[in-house]
Amino acid sequence: MSGLAFIIAGMLAAATPFLLAALGELVAERSGVLNLGIEGMMAFGAVVAFIIVHQGGGHAAGFLAAGVAGMALALVFAWLALSLRANQVAAGLAIAILGEGLSALFGKTYESTTVTGLPKIAVPGLADLPVAGGLFQQDPIVWLTLLATLGLWYALRFTKLGLVIRAVGENPGAARAIGYPVLAIRYGAVAFGGLMAGFAGAYASTVYTPLWAEGMIAGRGWIALALVVFATWMTGRVFFGAVLFGAVSLGGLAAQASGVSLNSQFLASLPYIVTIIVLGIISSNKRLLKINGVASLGEPFGP
Amino acid sequence: MTELPFRLRLIRRDGASRRAALLAPLAALLAAGLVNFLLYIAMGKDPAAVFYAMLVEPFVSWSSFSEVLLKLTPLLLIAEGLAVGFRAKVINIGAEGQFILGAIFAASIPVWFPEATGGWIWALMLLLGGIGGALWATVPAFWRVRLNASEILVTLMMSLIAAQLLNYLLVGPWKDPMGFNFPQSVMFQNDAILPTLIPGTRVNVALILAFVWAGLIYLYMQKSFQGYQLLVGGLAPHATAYAGFSEGRAVWLSLLIGGFAAGLAGAAEVAGPLGQLQRSVSSGYGYTAIIVAYLGGLHPIGIIFSSLLIAALNIGGDNAMVSADLPKAAVEVFQGSLLVFYLAAITLVRFRIQWRPPQEVRA
Repeated sequence: MSGLAFIIAGMLAAATPFLLAALGELVAERSGVLNLGIEGMMAFGAVVAFIIVHQGGGHAAGFLAAGVAGMALALVFAWLALSLRANQVAAGLAIAILGEGLSALFGKTYESTTVTGLPKIAVPGLADLPVAGGLFQQDPIVWLTLLATLGLWYALRFTKLGLVIRAVGENPGAARAIGYPVLAIRYGAVAFGGLMAGFAGAYASTVYTPLWAEGMIAGRGWIALALVVFATWMTGRVFFGAVLFGAVSLGGLAAQASGVSLNSQFLASLPYIVTIIVLGIISSNKRLLKINGVASLGEPFGP
Repeated sequence: MTELPFRLRLIRRDGASRRAALLAPLAALLAAGLVNFLLYIAMGKDPAAVFYAMLVEPFVSWSSFSEVLLKLTPLLLIAEGLAVGFRAKVINIGAEGQFILGAIFAASIPVWFPEATGGWIWALMLLLGGIGGALWATVPAFWRVRLNASEILVTLMMSLIAAQLLNYLLVGPWKDPMGFNFPQSVMFQNDAILPTLIPGTRVNVALILAFVWAGLIYLYMQKSFQGYQLLVGGLAPHATAYAGFSEGRAVWLSLLIGGFAAGLAGAAEVAGPLGQLQRSVSSGYGYTAIIVAYLGGLHPIGIIFSSLLIAALNIGGDNAMVSADLPKAAVEVFQGSLLVFYLAAITLVRFRIQWRPPQEVRA
């Protein structure tokens, strides 16, 4: 397989953990809540899914439980940040630390064990194309994630619920004045973010690299946070950003496989370096951030 | 006021309650203790043995208390530095990376000049470590001030990169050729090791340094004009900008102070208990220090107590690992839940909680 075909075939799967987590965070941030705890919710979801799949419970149950686990941590965050109006940054960091601790604690006895991933589903005809054929052979979660991306794009843009979520993020005072329960909507958005982060962790640990290693999320939750900024809070751009990151993380491997000598530590830090560079480029465009940004992001709301 | 379940509502206090501020950490400790108690029972561990090992044992013998003091040193150094930034709303969560860079910078002397002698070597290493940490923090500072990028994300990414840089050095150019292929540097020469402070223990002069640092931060934040500006800048950025104090300066100061402190701690770790550069040089001090800083109320004096508590908890966790077969990660969970409950408890400092009479409850 050529390097290009390798990247094309693998980039969607590599993008999926980023994409799932970033879509969830996108909804939370659109409602005006900045949850920095994604890394912890992903790590907790990852371990819960891994244990269930390892015990023979199957991927469906694993993903479901991971979603619930992520959501549980998200609700702790929501309780702190929304009900008690604690500092959102500190509350998010607390969830990140707690989630990673829980992940390490529950995963201890599973260190270095494996589970089987999911078989790929090919699109008839297209999967046989030269070079690009691999793009059309993906595991079911990738296909579902693509559907979810479309659904979320539609929901945020064209449905009443999407409009209400965005209104709550832009101007919570006005949204409340016309009768929307701001805190309840924010609770819902944060819980959805936790659900998606749990799924993202489950995908990472039971499908993408079905092997348990402590700290396996390796900063992907933080990159997902950065992706939401890159995308300037737009669903379509979250998708392209995630795929770009998937491609970057595979690009190094492809280059190495084709004989280019690349230092493996440099390769491992490539996604982080790219994150810093892209973050600098996008953020320096203050006008773009101001137009697309969420006006009340990170600010506590109380009447 | 805000909506709370169970017909409670929050009423903002006129002034922060001092009593509540002191009670909040204790309440958090109690709540976290209770939750983790249930967790230990669920895990089939003997909770009494765990709590004895974690909370009592570190204080009963001089040898284990000296280990607490050893653990306290980096936590105190880093957390005091981070708190300056946190109070100015500059959220540096990359102390882990700054610590690693400090360790690398300090190690450069014994690695490159293993034959060098002189009592000044360890002092130079500490200084280099501080510089290394501060240099690593210049990237997020520049990114935030000139490119408007979130320092939260950039500092974290820099930590992940620092870990890879350390790996690279230890499997590559800095690997000890006589080290049986372990990813670690040569053992440092005697003059590159910090002098012992308390004979018979591993406690070294860095402990004094940490307390001096805490004192300096106290003077800086509580007594100096610049510290006051930083503080007000965090509370009311527009007001300080109006008064001519730039946000950019606050960002630079916060990150350089935080980076310097973390780098210093990293240097003290390699030149102290480790005596060589290792892959596990940090064991998460940079992240733990975030908890220490918040738990100490971001106050220089409070942080002394919170670093003592968290250091004891970590040494206690090591004890419990041996005596009660408790995984090391249980300490992380305890610390994480402690921060969660602390953030909940400080609500009581800012707000009064009032029962809402039933007739006021809206349907």
